[in-house]
Amino acid sequence: MAKVRETKVPMPEQPPEERIKNFKEVPLGYTPEMAMEEAKRCLQCKPRKGKEFPPCVEGCPVNVNIPEFIKAIKEGRFDDAIKIIKDKNSLPAITGRVCPYENQCEGNCTLGKKHEPVGIGRLERFAADYERAKGFTIPEKPKPNGKKVAIIGSGPAGLTAAADLAKKGYDVTVFEALHEPGGVLVYGIPEFRLPKEIVRAEVEYIKALGVKILTDVVVGKTITLEELLNEYDAIFVSTGAGLPNFMNIPGENLNGIYSANEFLTRLNLMRAYQFPEYDTPIKVGNKVAVIGGGNVAMDCARWARRLGKEVYIVYRRTEAEMPARKEEIEHAKEEGIKFLLLTAPIRYIGDEKGWVKQMECIKFELGEPDASGRRRPVPIKGSEFIMDIDTVVVAIGQSPNPLVPQTTPKLKTTKWGTIEVDEELRTSVERVWAGGDIVRGDSTVILAMGDGRKASLSIDKYLSSPDRKWEFKGKAELKDKN
Amino acid sequence: MYRIVKKQDLAPTIKKFEIQAPLIAKKAKPGQFVVIRIDEKGERIPLTLVDASPERGTITIAALEAGKTTKKLNSMKEGDYIANIAGPLGNPAEIAHYGTVACVGGGVGIACIYPEVKAFKKAGNYVISILGARTKEGLILKEEIKEFSDELYVATDDGSEGFHGFVHLLLKKLIEEGKRFDLVVAVGPVPMMKAVAETTKPYGIKTIVSLNPIMVDGTGMCGCCRVEVGGKTKFACVDGPEFDAHQVDFDLLMARNRRFIEEERLALKKFEESCACGR
Ligand SMILES: Cc1cc2nc3c(=O)[nH]c(=O)nc-3n(C[C@H](O)[C@H](O)[C@H](O)COP(=O)(O)OP(=O)(O)OC[C@H]3O[C@@H](n4cnc5c(N)ncnc54)[C@H](O)[C@@H]3O)c2cc1C
Ligand SMILES: Cc1cc2nc3c(=O)[nH]c(=O)nc-3n(C[C@H](O)[C@H](O)[C@H](O)COP(=O)(O)OP(=O)(O)OC[C@H]3O[C@@H](n4cnc5c(N)ncnc54)[C@H](O)[C@@H]3O)c2cc1C
Ligand code: SF4
Ligand code: SF4
Ligand code: FES
Repeated sequence: MAKVRETKVPMPEQPPEERIKNFKEVPLGYTPEMAMEEAKRCLQCKPRKGKEFPPCVEGCPVNVNIPEFIKAIKEGRFDDAIKIIKDKNSLPAITGRVCPYENQCEGNCTLGKKHEPVGIGRLERFAADYERAKGFTIPEKPKPNGKKVAIIGSGPAGLTAAADLAKKGYDVTVFEALHEPGGVLVYGIPEFRLPKEIVRAEVEYIKALGVKILTDVVVGKTITLEELLNEYDAIFVSTGAGLPNFMNIPGENLNGIYSANEFLTRLNLMRAYQFPEYDTPIKVGNKVAVIGGGNVAMDCARWARRLGKEVYIVYRRTEAEMPARKEEIEHAKEEGIKFLLLTAPIRYIGDEKGWVKQMECIKFELGEPDASGRRRPVPIKGSEFIMDIDTVVVAIGQSPNPLVPQTTPKLKTTKWGTIEVDEELRTSVERVWAGGDIVRGDSTVILAMGDGRKASLSIDKYLSSPDRKWEFKGKAELKDKN
Repeated sequence: MYRIVKKQDLAPTIKKFEIQAPLIAKKAKPGQFVVIRIDEKGERIPLTLVDASPERGTITIAALEAGKTTKKLNSMKEGDYIANIAGPLGNPAEIAHYGTVACVGGGVGIACIYPEVKAFKKAGNYVISILGARTKEGLILKEEIKEFSDELYVATDDGSEGFHGFVHLLLKKLIEEGKRFDLVVAVGPVPMMKAVAETTKPYGIKTIVSLNPIMVDGTGMCGCCRVEVGGKTKFACVDGPEFDAHQVDFDLLMARNRRFIEEERLALKKFEESCACGR
């Protein structure tokens, strides 16, 4: 047998100096030849002792049958490959781009112990793009079973549940507060990481399955959950974690200081980067500080870079503790974004017109590990310094969206405002399930999607059973697995 | 898509629209607003619900031409469609029996105060409506408001009708003449609401204002609409839009509403150049 390549077949990508001048996707995707070449690297592992799945599959939250789909790609059977993936993952064009695979499937890959792991994410993306380019084949519509399900929120959790239930013959309606379906996939994750055309294609596919999507409906305001319960047999709440956190430090409401959500929504959903062709403006100065170290912070920083600005990531721990995906950190660095580590703002200073012009920061050192196992940042006395800055994006996380819980008093929530669910994602209110970020707080696309699938199975089980007995088993600890 | 069923000129730059939006019509309460987006390329802007008819399935809004989006809206005709309308958003006004309530409206804020005049009257209050505008043409919906008011006063900046001067000065005059108010509600331009707040504060009259910061989603997701009330940051779209006037940092609101002034000018200029309907 020929020796395996030690490194992944490189994925062509736009060079940094080029891509910071446009808004297009950075990695360009494999050709069929590249994909088949990369697929050859897979060792087709069997499950390790005492495990149900091969290592990579163990690492995937929804247990995509990875060796099988990779084998299909190797043999040029691309249609088979996508079928195998879609058996477990309904949004592969999306997860193949945004999954933190280095900690999941690829992080567990046997080959990765000695060499680079198999490029599972890239192959998944290839298979999905191949299918989309060909045009989706819409499965034959199943016979309607006469039961109605309402889904609240059209992010990855809601879209997945909708598709799964529609395929089983349910009459599914998705209610979405914004004017466009997709949740974070359309308003949060930037075009250069996830082209909106891909999300739209997925939404079109789901509509073709017979799912109705009603935009502009703010559940809790336009219609309440209780009213929906009169009309629908079951409800899945997937309203996400769309409440931006601020630091509550002096000057945070000065002009030029955005939450990550506002910054990204203006750019992605409202297309402020095409102002004035599109009506929504965004105003970004010359020197931008993005506060935070997660994916959201990288997205904001890379957006600002594409608007031609000098950009700093300001993070209070070191790069090793950054929650952002490695690839995003690398991309950010290549694009010339500067990292100001072990640093955080304590105050913003404005000019006479109310615009931020400076920020006072303090330096940190790392102390003992905290509950999360990461070393706790400790401020260094007397290390304060002032930095000139004219735009700030606060990207320190989101909290669960409170609209539905607030207007549904019977719905039990945790002290963090997330909705309480049991192992089957049932809530304290009969016939209501919940999943995704509204249950997990900040999480990932694939986990939200997995929740959508899990809820759809539980909904189907419940609505098909003759006695329909509601059991809420009390709050379960959700694992990072489904 | 939401169809415009009726359009009416209230003043040269203020138009009123009745629009088909049955779900919102069923839920709308005084003090709440909607967020509209006219078309694919449009911006999301908040507008107060002036009226709603659950029977006809319609809502009513009124817009003052401030920039591109409101100009474009006001150029639309009966039978045209608005791409998106979400609502009703924000908390309803706290309508109760207070005693004597002054409803103060300035400019397009007169339209916004109208549903509250009606609701306060229905709740058994003695309602004194005080309307202000630059000129008498701006005194919109006067007859409608009169119908639900126990007393009605008007002020114009140029003295073309009623009291000559700003509306808060008229309010001050009424207080000094011995009128007692248990509650003052004011809706209008920020400087007007600020002046009303400063007028009532020394007298300790409870005063409510409806804040109009720039918004994007209107559902608490973006934090664009941050205002400071009592030293605390609030999101006007979900915590408001009505707040205790004596706690509001109006200067911050004014500064924040000027954030995109250059971009807004550019958008308007482009719109007026490209569009025959721009006068
Ligand atoms: C900028 C950014 C970058 C990210 N990058 C990654 C990444 O690279 N990889 C990754 O795996 N994850 C990433 N994430 C996280 C991931 O996007 C989320 O975990 C995931 O989208 C959660 O899905 P969801 O379906 O639970 O909710 P969401 O995607 O948040 O969707 C919820 C939807 O519900 C709607 N809604 C809310 N309230 C109501 C209501 N009352 N009525 C009707 N509709 C309502 C919202 O408008 C929204 O459309 C990122 C998140 C952000 C913000
Ligand atoms: C809760 C709420 C209710 C409102 N109700 C009404 C109403 O019933 N009738 C009405 O005519 N107007 C109302 N407004 C104000 C209206 O939303 C703005 O006039 C409109 O967004 C301006 O858009 P534009 O593109 O026409 O003008 P722009 O060119 O965007 O702006 C022109 C001027 O309007 C101000 N402005 C810009 N955007 C906003 C915004 N989103 N909100 C507030 N001010 C803004 C700016 O300070 C600017 O100076 C309300 C605002 C809020 C927050
Ligand atoms: S869904 Fe994510 S974790 Fe699972 S195989 Fe695909 S890329 Fe890997
Ligand atoms: S662990 Fe890696 S090498 Fe083994 S089957 Fe999975 S992808 Fe292939
Ligand atoms: S407008 Fe976005 S939070 Fe209020």
